[in-house]
Amino acid sequence: MIYDFPIIFSSVMNGLMLGGIYALVALGLTLIYGVLHIINFAHGSLLMIAMFAVWLLLETLGIDPYVALPLMVAGMFGLGYVLYKGVVGPMSHGEDANILLVTLGVAVILDNLALYLFTGDTRIIERPYSFEMVEIGPALITLPKLISFLGSLAVCLVLWLLIDRTDLGKAIRAVAKERQGARLVGIDVENIFALTYAIGVACLGAAACLLLPTFYVSPQVGNVFVIIAFTIVVLGGMGSFLGALVGGLIIGVTEALGGLFLGEALGQIGISLIFILILLFRPTGLFGGAK
Amino acid sequence: MTKNATISRRSILAGTAALGVGSLGFPAITRAQARTVKIGLVHPVTGFLAFNGQQCRAGALMAIEEINAAGGIKSMGGARFEALIGDAQSQVAVAVSETTKMAEAGANAFIGCFSSALGLAATQEAAKYNIPFLIDVGVSDNITARGLKNVFRFKAGHSVTVDKSVETLDGLNRSKGSPVKSAIIVHEESEFGTVTATRMAEKLPGVGIQVKEVIKHANPTRNFDNIALRIRQQRPDAVIISNYLNEYQLLCRTIKQQRVPVKALYSVLGGGFNIRFAREQAEVSQNVMDYNHWYNPRNPRALEFRRRVEAANLFCTFEVMLSYFCVKILHDALERAGTADKDPLINALASSTFSDHFMPYGPTRFVNGQNQGAQSVCIQALDRDMKVVFPAEYAEAQAVFPLPT
Repeated sequence: MIYDFPIIFSSVMNGLMLGGIYALVALGLTLIYGVLHIINFAHGSLLMIAMFAVWLLLETLGIDPYVALPLMVAGMFGLGYVLYKGVVGPMSHGEDANILLVTLGVAVILDNLALYLFTGDTRIIERPYSFEMVEIGPALITLPKLISFLGSLAVCLVLWLLIDRTDLGKAIRAVAKERQGARLVGIDVENIFALTYAIGVACLGAAACLLLPTFYVSPQVGNVFVIIAFTIVVLGGMGSFLGALVGGLIIGVTEALGGLFLGEALGQIGISLIFILILLFRPTGLFGGAK
Repeated sequence: MTKNATISRRSILAGTAALGVGSLGFPAITRAQARTVKIGLVHPVTGFLAFNGQQCRAGALMAIEEINAAGGIKSMGGARFEALIGDAQSQVAVAVSETTKMAEAGANAFIGCFSSALGLAATQEAAKYNIPFLIDVGVSDNITARGLKNVFRFKAGHSVTVDKSVETLDGLNRSKGSPVKSAIIVHEESEFGTVTATRMAEKLPGVGIQVKEVIKHANPTRNFDNIALRIRQQRPDAVIISNYLNEYQLLCRTIKQQRVPVKALYSVLGGGFNIRFAREQAEVSQNVMDYNHWYNPRNPRALEFRRRVEAANLFCTFEVMLSYFCVKILHDALERAGTADKDPLINALASSTFSDHFMPYGPTRFVNGQNQGAQSVCIQALDRDMKVVFPAEYAEAQAVFPLPT
């Protein structure tokens, strides 16, 4: 089918908006991988927990998701820190392979806990701005999606500043590059691990606040995003922030255009194709060499 | 995982939990009591069908609790029902293994499985043991078309449902001067959505509605903007939807957000059309129509049932009703058979004329396992509630059709 330019433009814009959220989810994942060298299998489940927390804040206290953002970032940071210090770190016994299994176990527990507490039902929120539209050229973008996109870019910028311009960021980078060396110069490596894990989880707090006004939450919602986040991390380069951002946007636009021209069912093929091509021709990812 | 305990919805099932816990914790006492009839409940209570599966389970457990409280199966000396709880995890292979485990644990009958794909496989497995299987939800014609003597379905099958949904849309359309002349069908990719969409696309031209496009989407789909844009470009009069819970609600929301101008938003067995959708997403759901299983609102017992379900902190959905009545049908058959032995029980089910229900159809009459005369109704979300609007004999409100521009 041949589409009018406004339809194609709208599709690209929607892909970019979605890509911003993908990037934010992938950012935490790539940070944790970059420093701890482990894949956090609990990432999707923690996103789900964060989304339910945002939903509960709205339903019980009437706090708007955007207003809840600082609270959620702080809360998820705390949860991530406690989770690492209390569960992931001690149970891994210093073995990366153990961390994988522990995070997988955490995911199973969180998923089933959510099913028990919230049932398998889907929740969607309605806010006064839910149906506000913004015209960007010929495209109509919903206001919450635009806010999500801009919010994602802002969080990426803050994270980059944190890592690039602060002492904590230097310490995190040092641990990521050379654990023993970092330990020798007096860095508390275990604490940096916990802080990094916590920052990665805090990203999910921000993602949940930006995502809920445009999406649903159910105990399975983490799976919807985490697979795509893994693809983005590989595409952008494992451990690369810029890669996560660019990768997220590429995947978002690819998904949108693929869906438009090939149909929503077949449109996902574009993402898989990119994944395979990257693995074949640039296994370190787009920005993998530059980390 | 199969277990004998009930941990579904805490509030309603607190009493029911004693059914299974009793048999786990105090086997000696259980043996001393009247014999039990074991019902295997094979539902997807985790995975992407978790909500629907949990609703099915809750309905079945409600009926079991009710029957046991009323003295059990009288023709069998007051034998009680015992629920064997299984989680199909929204996966076909797991549904089969759960069925096998329950069969080996002594299940006398099965009820399940919400989805066609799960039901097809699980009934096949139960057939190996010749154990009766009542389908609560699961629309595929194939479920009762394979010649399996042990399989029974109370609700209507796929062909009947889709054909009647087209008749219903046609009836509504004609009553308003046929404003809907074209449609786009959006469906999910599995058997349920695909066969529904295919048959709709075949039937709609016969009632003067041109099908401009049939759009398939994956499960899950994260973003429906593309589909909304495609619909907007082609400007159909109606959008017809056939998909599951999450994607249903996301699609309706996106169509609303993208201001797609349609005269009707009509779903067939819409997985996300329920009372929570009507109540909590009032702006999105308002005037959306769904052709689905629902009670006869003119029957006071139906309204009483809904009150009871809601008082138990559950949502009254068609899954709850259909599973509830599957247990009741089984109970009726056991009373007549006087035994839980397989062949007499299957024969009793096959000759069932169960009429103690409030669905919009008459007594059961199974032909090759399929209840004849079962039908759905057209429901519309109106002012944070669901109202039957068609056919006229069951309608409780006037349909808002076509949609106001």
